[in-house]
Amino acid sequence: MTVTTPAAVAKPWLAATDAPFVRIEGVTKKFGDFTAVNDVSLKIYKGELFCLLGGSGCGKSTLLRMLAGFEAPTEGRIEIDGQDMAGLAPYDRPTNMMFQSYALFPHMSVEKNVAYGLRRDGVGKAEAMGRVAEMLGLVQLSKFAHRRPHQLSGGQRQRVALARSLIKRPKLLLLDEPLGALDKKLREETQFELVKIQESLGVTFIVVTHDQEEAMTLSTRIGVMDSGEIVQVGEPPEIYEHPNSRYVADFIGSVNTFEGRVSADEADYIEIAAPEIGGDIHVGHGVSCILGQQVWYAIRPEKISISRDRPEGSRNAFRAKVDEIAYMGNLSVFRLTLPSGKIMKVTRANLSRHEEDGITWDDEIWISWDDTAGVVLTQ
Amino acid sequence: MSVIETFPPFRWTARFLGWFGIDGRALVVAIPFLWLLVFFLVPFLVVAKISVSEPAIAMPPYTPIISWDGLYATINLSFENYSYLFTDALYRNAYIFSIRIAFVSAVLALLIGYPIADYIARSPEPKRSLLLMLVILPFWTSFLLRVYAWQGFLRSNGVINNFLIWTGVTDTPIQMLQTDFAVYLGIVYTYLPFMILPLYANLVKLDESLLEASADLGARPVSTFFNVTLPLSMPGVIAGFMLVFVPAIGEFVIPELLGGPDTLMIGKVLWNEFFQNRDWPVASAVAIAMLVALVIPIMILRRAEQRAADAS
Repeated sequence: MTVTTPAAVAKPWLAATDAPFVRIEGVTKKFGDFTAVNDVSLKIYKGELFCLLGGSGCGKSTLLRMLAGFEAPTEGRIEIDGQDMAGLAPYDRPTNMMFQSYALFPHMSVEKNVAYGLRRDGVGKAEAMGRVAEMLGLVQLSKFAHRRPHQLSGGQRQRVALARSLIKRPKLLLLDEPLGALDKKLREETQFELVKIQESLGVTFIVVTHDQEEAMTLSTRIGVMDSGEIVQVGEPPEIYEHPNSRYVADFIGSVNTFEGRVSADEADYIEIAAPEIGGDIHVGHGVSCILGQQVWYAIRPEKISISRDRPEGSRNAFRAKVDEIAYMGNLSVFRLTLPSGKIMKVTRANLSRHEEDGITWDDEIWISWDDTAGVVLTQ
Repeated sequence: MSVIETFPPFRWTARFLGWFGIDGRALVVAIPFLWLLVFFLVPFLVVAKISVSEPAIAMPPYTPIISWDGLYATINLSFENYSYLFTDALYRNAYIFSIRIAFVSAVLALLIGYPIADYIARSPEPKRSLLLMLVILPFWTSFLLRVYAWQGFLRSNGVINNFLIWTGVTDTPIQMLQTDFAVYLGIVYTYLPFMILPLYANLVKLDESLLEASADLGARPVSTFFNVTLPLSMPGVIAGFMLVFVPAIGEFVIPELLGGPDTLMIGKVLWNEFFQNRDWPVASAVAIAMLVALVIPIMILRRAEQRAADAS
């Protein structure tokens, strides 16, 4: 799902040469006894589309509001383009925000809403209207310039909000659940539009979302948050294929997790005794762990093969029984029961229009996977 | 069906009313309409009738407008009372003075009430209820008593003057009672809750994120106020203004108790016509003229509002 962008090719976060554009250092925010954001440090680079991803109440919106200047950090420091943001009011910051509710001014036309930021900066009416017309063209709303917000559909309002937040050409655009209020189809279309606009304007975006699919589609990098802390930062494939904890593995996509203990620890492989799966899982690479340590083995449903007969030469082949099959069109989701009683999920792409092996309900089958298909998690 | 609906007298009444196309819903709506009809429209018509009759030394002190002459009824309508209002400058001055006092008081109440209403609307919940109660609290004592209390404050040997003399700000007491200042003070003090409450009801609904969006787009607080908060609170401003302005025009007690002999408001003129001159027809004409003078601008305003609402 990741859109490979020219900006992403550069990957400034890999080379430590560029100065970060946004530097968040040890930022903590407390509301009374409640710690909403706990000691977060992040470096975000120019031209990035960075997603803060997490469930509700994980502190991602609070972090965004601190960047915009609506909340002051209890501790820590926020720097944007080398400038310390401490004590700067929202109207003095080089940021603009697109609000979750869009926060369009109901008493103003679309045109006036978009022009608002320019007019407050003392830009003349003629110049402001020229730039507004240009921006409305970019978001394809030129026809609606004289409408009021309540006369627009959800998708149109979303684009007005985007136009309004981009009109001042901010150095940093903050987006709070920008696509949350749109239906699935519109959301998918808008995701690509958003990336296109971000690339063409070269603005740095920080997007807050709870939708992992949205984060995967949009971002150059994702910061996964849980209970006020950043638990992992990485590019979308890295977050998906190499989660560093059960929380991240479970939050992004769907996953089967097996608890076990390390039963063999060699330089180029380890084995995990996992009673839930009824055998030893062979992992084809070294893992820093000790013999007997409790670990979790996480494997994505699409990385598991199913077959009627035991696959030849596979080190990871186990018995299972088909419990349920959900046909989704492009793929089928199999719900399997292991001999231990554990339930797991396997997906299989429907490559042809006929069922090749006719695996169906209640069949005893084999599941197998490559010895590099899963991840060993220690937390 | 509930128990009451199966109760025979209820059923029969309902069926009887049903013949005339009256159902329960119409009945519920009819009660307040009937109330307004009996207690507002009928007295108004009585006053209107008196205003077109002539004064007489009789009981009641005016001539009947319909006189019976055996078989024929003659209707005597006299508009002299109204033309009289235009000939005597007293009335014109009293109207202008009343409207001026009421307008200035309403503006002052708005200037004082708006920040209070905004502050209450932006306060966290438990504090908000307390502040609202404080606004309503004065209603729990008699209005008359509160205006009298101001006499005690404003008198030459009252609390304020004594304090000013004690601190040495002034040697001789400042004349405050029986001035227009005292009338403004009394009206603003009395009617302030009527300004604050509709404004509060409007401001509390204002979406906080609109203010944040305005600040985010570069507007300083003053600019946000004039571009976002004030335009969106206009319905509250108009409602509050009308609730102060309209009753203040006809105010009688406050100018009587706090104002001087030359504080000639229309309420006082009415009182004099009615109780001292016993000229009921002229008093009625004064009242009707006032009503017409007020209702027309209000209706124009409502029309303008309606049109603005339709346009958006």
